Amino acid sequence: MISLEINGKQHSVDVEPDVPLLWVIREHLRLTGTKFGCGIGMCGSCTVHVDGKAERSCQIPVGQAQGKKITTIEEVGSTPAGAAVQKAWVIEDVPQCGYCQSGQIMAAAALLSRTPKPTDAEIDDNLSGNLCRCGTYQRIRNAVQTASRTMRKGGKP
Amino acid sequence: MTRIFNLSRRAFLKTSAFVGCGLILGTHIDWTWAEEEAKSQPASLEPNAFIHIAPDETVTIMVNHSEMGQGVYTSLPMLINEELDADWKKIRVESAPVAAVYNHTAFGMQMTGGSTSVWSEYDRLRKVGAAARQMLIAAAAAEWKADEKACHARKGKVFHTSGKSLTYGQLAEKAAALPVPRDVKLKDTPAFKLIGRPTRRLDSPEKVNGAAKFGLDVFLPGMLTAVVARPPTFGAKVKSVDTEKAKSVRGVKDVVQVPSGVAVLASDFWQARTGREALKIEWDMGPNAELSTAGMKEQYAQLSKKPGKAAKKTGDLEAGFASAAKTISAEYTVPYLAHATMEPMNCTVDLRPDSCEIWAGTQFQTVDRNNAAAISGLKPEQVKINTMFLGGGFGRRANPASDFVSEAVHAAKAAKTPVKVIWTREDDTRGGYYRPMWYDSISAGLDKSGNPVAWKHTIVGQSIVAGTPFEKVLLKDGIDHTSVEGAADIPYAIPNILVDLHSPSVGVPVLWWRSVGHSHTAFVVESFIDELAHAAKKDPFEFRKGLLAKHPRHLGVLTLAAEKAGWGRPLPKGMGRGIAVHESFGSYVAQVAEVSVNKNGELRVHRVISAVDCGRTVNPQTINAQMESATVFGLSAALHGAITLKDGMVEQSNFHDYPILRLNEMPKVIVHIVKSKEKPGGIGEPGVPPIGPAVANAVFSVLGVRVRQLPMKPETILEAAKGT
Ligand code: FES
Ligand code: FES
Repeated sequence: MISLEINGKQHSVDVEPDVPLLWVIREHLRLTGTKFGCGIGMCGSCTVHVDGKAERSCQIPVGQAQGKKITTIEEVGSTPAGAAVQKAWVIEDVPQCGYCQSGQIMAAAALLSRTPKPTDAEIDDNLSGNLCRCGTYQRIRNAVQTASRTMRKGGKP
Repeated sequence: MTRIFNLSRRAFLKTSAFVGCGLILGTHIDWTWAEEEAKSQPASLEPNAFIHIAPDETVTIMVNHSEMGQGVYTSLPMLINEELDADWKKIRVESAPVAAVYNHTAFGMQMTGGSTSVWSEYDRLRKVGAAARQMLIAAAAAEWKADEKACHARKGKVFHTSGKSLTYGQLAEKAAALPVPRDVKLKDTPAFKLIGRPTRRLDSPEKVNGAAKFGLDVFLPGMLTAVVARPPTFGAKVKSVDTEKAKSVRGVKDVVQVPSGVAVLASDFWQARTGREALKIEWDMGPNAELSTAGMKEQYAQLSKKPGKAAKKTGDLEAGFASAAKTISAEYTVPYLAHATMEPMNCTVDLRPDSCEIWAGTQFQTVDRNNAAAISGLKPEQVKINTMFLGGGFGRRANPASDFVSEAVHAAKAAKTPVKVIWTREDDTRGGYYRPMWYDSISAGLDKSGNPVAWKHTIVGQSIVAGTPFEKVLLKDGIDHTSVEGAADIPYAIPNILVDLHSPSVGVPVLWWRSVGHSHTAFVVESFIDELAHAAKKDPFEFRKGLLAKHPRHLGVLTLAAEKAGWGRPLPKGMGRGIAVHESFGSYVAQVAEVSVNKNGELRVHRVISAVDCGRTVNPQTINAQMESATVFGLSAALHGAITLKDGMVEQSNFHDYPILRLNEMPKVIVHIVKSKEKPGGIGEPGVPPIGPAVANAVFSVLGVRVRQLPMKPETILEAAKGT
């Protein structure tokens, strides 16, 4: 049995400790907002927060996630950065197919909670690991800036 | 005539008034869902199969095109609501089931592709909305015993001149019982309130909180997850398989053979994947075991020296070349490309003795349904397809063979249990159905003043439609239209032209890939026109302009892009501009790329200025988004993309060796939309073709190096530099 703290709730799942966290989140806990894109850490679709940091859940054996606080896209809106990012994403009309966007949002929220006023270079550095086949990159850059302004104005866009 | 089917589902089931009234009812509509709905829902208006108004004022629009990022879950409801006049905030979207009423208005089957969704529904959906509004008004007038002329509709309510009003939700049930107006009057364009206005996507809220459901997110009770060991070479067959070790993997429930390989079924993905690794399969490598793209390139080059089937012939080519003062020739090649949708292929199937229910992100509902019916031995109307959000399509999910759907039906049939088949990224990259590899041999003659007088373009590459049911429509006189589109119809004023085609059959499965033939022809034509401009010692923009006098829409976008980009103005050292213009899917796009490139061949695209003329606009916001998207898609191909084969095997497997553009490579993209009264054109694809040649032409302007091969990796540019 593996015990996990995800989105503030305790879960115990009967899986081998080497199963990637991604698949436990998706298939055992049915939190399907976290996506599978590559399985090798190259696309960022599977990004979650582990103790507040953006991590690729396809690269974390579930055994190593025990004792850590994990947040997924379903709950990131309850953090100030997460809420600001989600709002900005809608305002800037970022999503297209939407498949990569959970990961993009998790990466952006982690960046903003650490660096509330990122430079363009910091945005590029932090989000270039998140692929978007629909090419929403320009809007992602804009939306991160919009979210940053929102946060600095106390949550109002 | 636009066929409108009115009546609520419940009303439809209760009444026989529709019989013989000439409204649409295809013979294959599966009405079981209607019965279910009727049982569980209060009566409400469904003036056609597209609109459902509930007592709480929610307006549900059944969208018959798949949402794969291109924004149809917003643009198609906009068409309806322009006429329906419901409160936009109350609009919800559901994906339509498979039924004839939802067929593509131009293609007669339910599908999404060819950048056709908006223009093909432009009339029908507005009429659908207008009919519904007229019925709601009629219902209100009856209620008030008033003249319909004294009533009008606005934002989800019908108002009487006296000031009283009723909401759509209040009127829905009564309106549903009324006859469908035979003639509906549509708004005049200047009265449009929604069409042409930048409108935010309706599906963003659920796409930012993880709620949107894609195919991969489907779970059924008792379902097993399958991964399939597919052949290492195209056409290889299982000789023998040892399943013992796989079956002993924790969670593995079954191993079954399907036509496409060996499926391992387990309680979850990881177990299935682990089980697949434990399989021991001996393959008969089949007829393509020797295939290599390097070898193919040589064969294609040989073929290109021979005359092919003429796709276009005007004037007297020989006389044209004879009169030329100068002849320029070149060879171009582009590789196989994978669609690499962000969501790998997957499909979930629940097969019962008398029904087959499918959950998938698909662009090809009718085809998938029919293939599933054939495999399961059921009638098409016993197959139900739930179209999920597509994590990207780009043509991959519109497969005449329904590969990812068919395979899942086979697996469910063999395993006798509901199954979700998941493809890993490696499976997806190696699974075939690529944009074909192409080899082009092209030459032109210029007269003394530098005007082109002869143009000969020989194209070599696989036909996408050969051997599919689409052959009948798209293959004429041995010419696959999709192989020569964008080449056989070049707009430039050249008196003597021959475009011919070789379509070798090769065992690599190929498919339409965002912008189809144009993805290749625009690269060749727009690069070569640039070569001619330089050979004629003319400015590439002016040169094109001079040859486009008879094509005002090409000219319009070309001039606009050049002007907005400041064409001709100096740029910093090491930087240059390239321009390209191309028509596809009824729309016209010109792009200017600003590129820096150094002696090591490392290049960066800084800015892309686009001009698009896609006729009358429906959602400018979508147009911008699709132009940005297409630019990125085209750049991924131009800079990075190549699927290659060696010993019959695909050499790439995942994003490390099949890279797509990343955020740090993203240029600034500026889009200018031409104001137009022309009928709407497509927008999902037309931005893809010109970006590759625009970048290649920019590279030439900086280095004087002509890149005739994609992708433009540093080593390709260095190699090209040797030849220039
Ligand atoms: S699925 Fe984890 S990085 Fe791609
Ligand atoms: S929105 Fe489709 S992959 Fe990013």
